[in-house]
Amino acid sequence: MSKPAIELKNITKTFGSIVANKNVSLTVNFGEILSVLGENGSGKTTLMNMISGIYYPDSGHIYINGEEVVIRSPKDAFDYKIGMIHQHFKLVDVFSAAENIVLGIDGKSRYNIKDSIKEIKKITDKYGFEIDLNKKIYEMSVSEKQTVEIVKVLYKGADILILDEPTAVLTPQETQKLFAVLRRMKESGKSIIIITHKLHEVLSLSDKVAVLRKGEYIGTVETKNTNEAELTEMMVGQKVELNIDRTEPKNCENRLEVLNISCINREGVKVLDNISFTARSGEILGIAGIAGSGQRELLESIAGLQKLNDGNILYHDPKTGKIDNLRDKTPVQIRDLGVRLSFVPEDRLGMGLVGNMDIVDNMMLRSYKKGKSLFVDRKQPKTLAKKIIEDLGVVTPGTSTPVRRLSGGNVQKILVGREIAASPTVLMAAYPVRGLDINSSYLIYNLLNTQKENGVAVIFVGEDLDVLLELCDRIMVISSGTISGIVDARTATKEELGLLMTKHGGEKQ
Amino acid sequence: MSKNNKIHEPLFHIVKRGALPFWLSWLIRIIAIVASLIVCGVVTIILTGENPLNIYKTIIEGAIGSERRIWSLFQNVAILLCISLAVTPAFKMKFWNIGAEGQVLMGGLATAACMIYFGESLPSIVLFPVMIIASVVAGAIWAVIPAFFKANWNTNETLFTLMMNYIAMQIVSYFVYLHSNPVGSGKIGIINSTTQAGWLPKIGGKSYLINIIIVAVLTIGMYIYLKYNKHGYEISVVGESENTARYVGINVKKVIIRTMLLSGAVCGIAGLLLVAGTDHSVAKETVDGRGFTAIMVSWLAKFNPIYMILTSLLLVFLEKGASQISTDFGLNDSFSEILTGIIIFFIIGSEFFVNYSVKFRHKDKEANKK
Repeated sequence: MSKPAIELKNITKTFGSIVANKNVSLTVNFGEILSVLGENGSGKTTLMNMISGIYYPDSGHIYINGEEVVIRSPKDAFDYKIGMIHQHFKLVDVFSAAENIVLGIDGKSRYNIKDSIKEIKKITDKYGFEIDLNKKIYEMSVSEKQTVEIVKVLYKGADILILDEPTAVLTPQETQKLFAVLRRMKESGKSIIIITHKLHEVLSLSDKVAVLRKGEYIGTVETKNTNEAELTEMMVGQKVELNIDRTEPKNCENRLEVLNISCINREGVKVLDNISFTARSGEILGIAGIAGSGQRELLESIAGLQKLNDGNILYHDPKTGKIDNLRDKTPVQIRDLGVRLSFVPEDRLGMGLVGNMDIVDNMMLRSYKKGKSLFVDRKQPKTLAKKIIEDLGVVTPGTSTPVRRLSGGNVQKILVGREIAASPTVLMAAYPVRGLDINSSYLIYNLLNTQKENGVAVIFVGEDLDVLLELCDRIMVISSGTISGIVDARTATKEELGLLMTKHGGEKQ
Repeated sequence: MSKNNKIHEPLFHIVKRGALPFWLSWLIRIIAIVASLIVCGVVTIILTGENPLNIYKTIIEGAIGSERRIWSLFQNVAILLCISLAVTPAFKMKFWNIGAEGQVLMGGLATAACMIYFGESLPSIVLFPVMIIASVVAGAIWAVIPAFFKANWNTNETLFTLMMNYIAMQIVSYFVYLHSNPVGSGKIGIINSTTQAGWLPKIGGKSYLINIIIVAVLTIGMYIYLKYNKHGYEISVVGESENTARYVGINVKKVIIRTMLLSGAVCGIAGLLLVAGTDHSVAKETVDGRGFTAIMVSWLAKFNPIYMILTSLLLVFLEKGASQISTDFGLNDSFSEILTGIIIFFIIGSEFFVNYSVKFRHKDKEANKK
């Protein structure tokens, strides 16, 4: 075994009354990949931010190459050859890749981009990065941008790399490429820390896994001695059944027909291009695609929040059989038509709920207009709030707690609960389990399944392909605003979906 | 541990607090006010050589030293509170209405114009409704113009409302020039000083009581409007997140315009109270910066009209006291502004300590020893 590159001992960090990290200790050797595994909110990112100088620990010690150090700022971290690749990239859009890479490096005599490019080339060749150094950032795909971030950190001379959820935005193929590069870096003696909550990635890539749960350090295990079930148990603290019970669709009728819709956004980019599909009752239609391929615009145009340039959205009323065109109607007009459309948007606190309002007031969002009274009625929403808290097991001090104080899972339960309470005929959910712990995620999947069995047409936009394949009946893949395929979820494979996701010049964006 | 000399812990670092108990956050605020009074005392001693106890006595005397001063204090609180109530719905909607100054001034101008043009001809039973309508409409128009542009073209309301202030001032200047009394003095003087036409009536011989009653009613009304009315609910939703508002089908444009109409209308009433109830005259300086102070009153009270009674009382009290120091010790107005500035700085600064705590290096080491 080689010697430790970085060692943390008893690191504690609190934010107010919340303990983000409690006595966390871990070690990474040179030439080793360590996965930091934990559910959202378990303190992974906080811990890494302390290594990279963004936060300062309340107590504890950090050792680099066996010497105790104090990291007060990101610059200190660089001096100790620590480089972090954040979830949200920090690049200058109008600069080329090479310009971004050399940005912020001082000490050298003169700025000479040609010499720099030669040096950068050495790094990219060594580890096998595929990158065009003269390409501007705004022309790049997410995975290219990530490559630039990694090369930038290497160019600055980092020996310890920290990657925060690097695969969250990548297709399966891009993920494989990234992993190949990381393995080469490991072979050349770098130490790599990768933050993730995807178990199969942990198992295929890392040498060791450190598990955090609710800020506490649970332990480190050798990857070769463990398996998914054990890791899940460490992460969650109890045994979890990871099965989604998918029933055969029953009584399918066309409920929502989307015909040739196109949409151009404010910047003049065609975000939806000639999209047509049908959502049927009693069925879950999955929508897969790289983030930002038009998923949001698609759901928003159905919900009446997005102006369309072309096409029609037809709603078939289940009782009367009447057909209504929802195009260019506002959410109020859609509701007035008697269309029971529920929508769980991607941005929960920025769109679906109001973070500073309490649970009762958030329940009221959908219903406050009812009745002729000038004043709002808080009684019914309060009853509904109590019912949802009880039915879905929301953990909250009470109905008058601002929802922003609740954890991500509880926020989502409130939002989904409210949308389901309207007994919809169409239920659209965008990334409903993003940031949720495993138990909450499965609760949400079950809720969607129940809705499906009740004859609701469910549209589910997801990012985890494994889940999409397990949960949905059909999966529609979109790429740069067009449909690249609609497949049967019972027979399709992950690789097939991955290829469809990048079809039609998806790379270019 | 020989490597310890290499380690330089930062002297202190700043940590966000969790929710503080109610009493503790108010304790911090009270400490800040006490600290500000101490600093004011020190500054005054250095500059004037007076005994600080005398200075505090002067502050209290200046604010509530005589019956006249108490009435004047409450009259000023009423006006400031009225303007604060006016800006509150706008700020709650995150519409940065810094044009209350101009909106109040336009309301006041409309009142003065009614008093001058119709004071002789209309009986008071008709004159008062005309004045009320005129002031409300004038204030509302001044507020709705920026709101209309914001709602339709997303213009910057901060700049827009600010500019509207200057226009209002110039219009008032022109009006004063037209009607200056005596002619050429550059002042309007007391309007209808003999007939008192259009002056708000005295209640029980107290000239400011009607102002105070009107503002008290407005305070309760605004509290109910914001908390229990459907409009108030919509204002909160739009203010917290426009996207959520769109998502649930609230017409954001309509809410912006409606709220600013209300905000401007209440500003107009403040103008009415100032001109018909207090000054009986109008000038460019009538509002005297209270359109801006009101913003602070509103924010410090976290947009709660009931708390605003306290914050406006506090600010007026300190201002009155500080200006008394200036007169008693023969200093000019700037000195009282220095003192109010110090006090306000401490009050606003205390919010930092309510939200964050500062951890020093020593404490960490002690904790480690344990």
